[in-house]
Amino acid sequence: MSATAVHSLWTTAAEPIDRIKAPDIEYAQLAPVLIIVGAAIVGLLLEAFLPRKARYHAQVFLTLLALAASFAAVIGLAQAGYGTSKVNIAAMGAIAIDGPTLFLQGTILLASVVAVFTFAERRLDPEAHGNRIDSFAAQAASVPGSEGEKAAVRAGFTTTEVYPLVLFAVAGLLVFPAANDLLTLFIALEVFSLPLYLLCALARRKRLLSQEAAVKYFLLGAFSSAFLLFGIALLYGYAGSVSYARIADVVDGSVRTIDPVLADTMGNDALLLIGGALILMGLLFKVGAVPFHMWTPDVYQGAPTPVTGFMAAATKVAAFGALLRLLYVVLPGLSWDWRPVMWAVAIVTMLGGAIVAITQTDIKRLLAYSSIAHAGFILAGVVAVTPKGVSSVLFYLGAYSFVTIGAFAVVTLVRDAGGEATHLSKWAGLGRRSPLVAAVFAVFLLAFAGIPLTSGFSGKFAVFSAAAEGGAGALVVVGVISSAIAAFFYIRVIVLMFFSEPKADGPTVAVPSGMTVAAIGLGVVVTLVLGVAPQYFLDLANQAGTFVR
Amino acid sequence: MENLIALLVAAPLLGAAVLLCGGRRLDRSGHWLGTVLAAASFVIGVVLFLDMLGRSADDRALHQHLFSWIPVEGFQADIAFQLDQLSMTFVLLITGVGTLIHVYSIAYMEHDERRRRFFGYLNLFLAAMLLLVIADNYLLLYFGWEGVGLASYLLIGFWQHKPSAATAAKKAFLVNRVGDIGLSIAIMLMFTTFGTFAFGPVLSSVGETGEGTLTAIGLMLLLAACGKSAQVPLQSWLGDAMEGPTPVSALIHAATMVTAGVYLIVRSGAIFNAAPNAQLAVVVVGAVTLLFGAIVGCAKDDIKKALAGSTMSQIGYMILAAGLGPIGYVFAIMHLVTHGFFKAGLFLGAGSVMHGMNDEVDMRKYGGLRTYMPVTFVTFGLGYLAIIGFPGLSGFFSKDKIIESAFAKGGAEGWILGGVALLGAAITAFYMTRVMLMTFFGEKRWQPDAEGQPPHPHESPKSMTIPMVILAFGSVFAGGFFSIGDRFLNWLEPVTGYDHGHAPISAATVTGATVVVLLIGVFLAWAMYGRRPVPVTAPRGSLLTRAARRDLLQDDFNHVVLVRGGEHLTRSLVYVDHTLVDGVVNGTAASVGGLSGRLRKLQNGYARSYAVSMFGGTAVLIAVTLLMRAV
Repeated sequence: MSATAVHSLWTTAAEPIDRIKAPDIEYAQLAPVLIIVGAAIVGLLLEAFLPRKARYHAQVFLTLLALAASFAAVIGLAQAGYGTSKVNIAAMGAIAIDGPTLFLQGTILLASVVAVFTFAERRLDPEAHGNRIDSFAAQAASVPGSEGEKAAVRAGFTTTEVYPLVLFAVAGLLVFPAANDLLTLFIALEVFSLPLYLLCALARRKRLLSQEAAVKYFLLGAFSSAFLLFGIALLYGYAGSVSYARIADVVDGSVRTIDPVLADTMGNDALLLIGGALILMGLLFKVGAVPFHMWTPDVYQGAPTPVTGFMAAATKVAAFGALLRLLYVVLPGLSWDWRPVMWAVAIVTMLGGAIVAITQTDIKRLLAYSSIAHAGFILAGVVAVTPKGVSSVLFYLGAYSFVTIGAFAVVTLVRDAGGEATHLSKWAGLGRRSPLVAAVFAVFLLAFAGIPLTSGFSGKFAVFSAAAEGGAGALVVVGVISSAIAAFFYIRVIVLMFFSEPKADGPTVAVPSGMTVAAIGLGVVVTLVLGVAPQYFLDLANQAGTFVR
Repeated sequence: MENLIALLVAAPLLGAAVLLCGGRRLDRSGHWLGTVLAAASFVIGVVLFLDMLGRSADDRALHQHLFSWIPVEGFQADIAFQLDQLSMTFVLLITGVGTLIHVYSIAYMEHDERRRRFFGYLNLFLAAMLLLVIADNYLLLYFGWEGVGLASYLLIGFWQHKPSAATAAKKAFLVNRVGDIGLSIAIMLMFTTFGTFAFGPVLSSVGETGEGTLTAIGLMLLLAACGKSAQVPLQSWLGDAMEGPTPVSALIHAATMVTAGVYLIVRSGAIFNAAPNAQLAVVVVGAVTLLFGAIVGCAKDDIKKALAGSTMSQIGYMILAAGLGPIGYVFAIMHLVTHGFFKAGLFLGAGSVMHGMNDEVDMRKYGGLRTYMPVTFVTFGLGYLAIIGFPGLSGFFSKDKIIESAFAKGGAEGWILGGVALLGAAITAFYMTRVMLMTFFGEKRWQPDAEGQPPHPHESPKSMTIPMVILAFGSVFAGGFFSIGDRFLNWLEPVTGYDHGHAPISAATVTGATVVVLLIGVFLAWAMYGRRPVPVTAPRGSLLTRAARRDLLQDDFNHVVLVRGGEHLTRSLVYVDHTLVDGVVNGTAASVGGLSGRLRKLQNGYARSYAVSMFGGTAVLIAVTLLMRAV
């Protein structure tokens, strides 16, 4: 390297500071995310500085407060018209503030509030050594079954780090459906994935199963991230940009200027198609679509049940939001290419989830396969490629989140000496012993099955009619067949609960605190309200159904 | 004035509601309430009738639109009434005879602890029957049609502790269902053809419709009429329906409900006029039933069943007349009204006899009752003379007109129908004389009842005899009143239309022939039952007699063809269901379950397998995407 070259490097670095243009950040429009991130950091500080005894209450309070404040911010933005008339692309093109963003952020925040209620439940297990215990490991770092673990239990340790972790995850989830360029998308994905991997490993009981689930989730998640990242690289090569709007322009041919550096690659359709497929795959992994679903049953089963509920609801909402934005904003010009593929994925997802669920014997695995089947139903709405498709998916996601968290919350209540009694045989006759709990669970199951007067019916009707109007009649037929198959195993659980003799050594139903009661109660109320009078919420989803570009 | 129409139905409906929901408090006074409300309905009917008489013949129909039941674009179901001359005739008959029978029932049902309920059902029947005849559209008519079916079912099975009554009620209900299906199909056809249910638009747009459709509608309406009016082939329920209390037999199964089929056909006359094949089916049904009922009536020893056979036969006359088209519509209705008087009177007389004879119904155990029950004898006797068509009495005028009309149909059809009608008149004279002789004449053949009590025949109380006397007046004078000066014809013609037909022989000849066959029938009966003593136990009788006692094998036919056939059909359907349908269903379930088990094995718990699945999935995803672009 010559001296002049070195000199030029020096002088370049020493250019006056005013040559760097400070980015414009619309802090108010990013407030929902910023509040959550700020609270998460404060939570970490609380962990560091508060005495152990005080942490639980402080963390729960802080978390709920942050979620509430963030939700208020979302409502404020919606009231100010950011969902409809004043849509905007904020943070130098990184974040889209529009109807779907606000609707999904609101849904994620509400689901998170309900999930945090179940996180904070400390009444289900009897007190150990005078300390109340929750669903999470006493000390995550201790080896399962070791002396160190026993000491931690004796000392009454609890893993209150879960609350900051949840907040970080929520921050990522909030950004994910709002991301307006591929890098933001990827970073949001990692921001919510990493805390989730950790949360999955934190079960107090069956810790080995929990840790196994976390490692599998991490490995496969990393695997899919690699695909996603590769896809991003290919798309950049194709369009010369990671911005959604820019890529879309190149796809539909309205931008023809070629970056000289990328002269060999720009406009190469193979890059576009392969890159698009890889990014799709990364998102389909997160929503749990077949054949990228295989982590779902293992992780749902191994993770602490409150975390399962949180993942099944909030992650799915965010991932579908990102998928919608990708397909409707970046790749609409390509819909003739991706629609057949998405059709196929939707069909195998609906059928696969429903069929494999039939032979499940563990309630959490059953719900996992059920969530796969539901991912298929939602995909049917996604491929409609109409405004109605978007709004029906938004509605379905909102309805589904509450049913899911409620159902998993009920699962936490049915316990025997080994913790939650998740084997289906133990649920026999539950309706005789605890009619209320069984009835509530039956409501959730009927909603999953899509029986009228529950939110499941309204949602399914919305996505199927959108799919039919979008020309996907065959998909609707498969969807209805899958629903029929799925109804079998939902109803089977109801039959098991109400029409079988209770077992002598069957599980007991723990009496929860107000937290879980609130989570389940909200689930039931939302399920019934959205089932009986869905119109207001359908209208809301309709208003929020337009993406900014 | 038209606002009164709804009150016609409302009064008995109120009575039914109060009596059926009122509970025991009304046990002592309920029958009075029921009777007063029936009478109120009659008074309203009379007021409307007088009002109607005051208007010109073309301007007599009244309409009342109460409310729109189902107001949907393209499907207008209205609760609306139409009161024209035809409906008015029925309203007066139903409420008039109905009121008399309410009065009669007060004494007849005196010892029944469920009398309040009985009157509730009677009121319910009146309300439904009135709704049927004043509806201005077929849908509302259907409502009333089903309502009378329900009331009939409840009243036939009123003494439900008797298995025979319960069975008879079920039988009536089931057979009626077959007819009701016809009506519902007819209404559906009308809606798809005309887009409306209302009489006016349907009947006025008949001309623009194909004959095939009209024939289908007509045949379905005929099926409905067969069920409700006990015409062949749906006649089997009427004889068993005599299990109900006698006032019920008089009101529902003689005077009013069973004539609903005639009303339906006359009301739908425009459809039948334009569908000659359907019309032919109507006359065939009428002619066959006319003879069928008469033959059954000859062989029955149960007084009520003999009268039931007679009812069937007389309604056969009406259906026959209705099937003749404009030639016969007026006379069908006229015979319907006169029949309402004399048949109700005959049934009430039979009830009065049973009342005095420990509820015995077998005529072979009666005999010589004329001196013990003078009022019953005279009123029953006048009814008897009326039904056989004794010159000067009601039945003479109305039946004679039908026979004339049958001949006036013209051609071979006219001769055949006229001959059948004449033959029927002879048989009618025979079996009614038989009833008369066996009951009121000859030696006493009284038998002690089940508890060994010999009967003490006595005249019935005033509240029973007065209605009988009033009905007897109608039996004697109604026909003459209607016929002289063609009053009834002029009254109904604006609604039903009228056509003289082409009589091949003069009216006087027909009348003469009718009187002759009448005398032959009476003489034969006297020769068999008046001249010789009547044996207490029935002789074996000829093959025809035995068949007629078994209702001409109607139940055997139904059993062999319908019940056995139905059982075989059911069995084969069950077989198909078990093997084919269940096979497919269970096979599908098993294969889905097996698929589930196999797919489940893919979920082996190894992260590496999962990664392979994801990798393979991605590869396929990319490959298919590229392929889609390539093709």
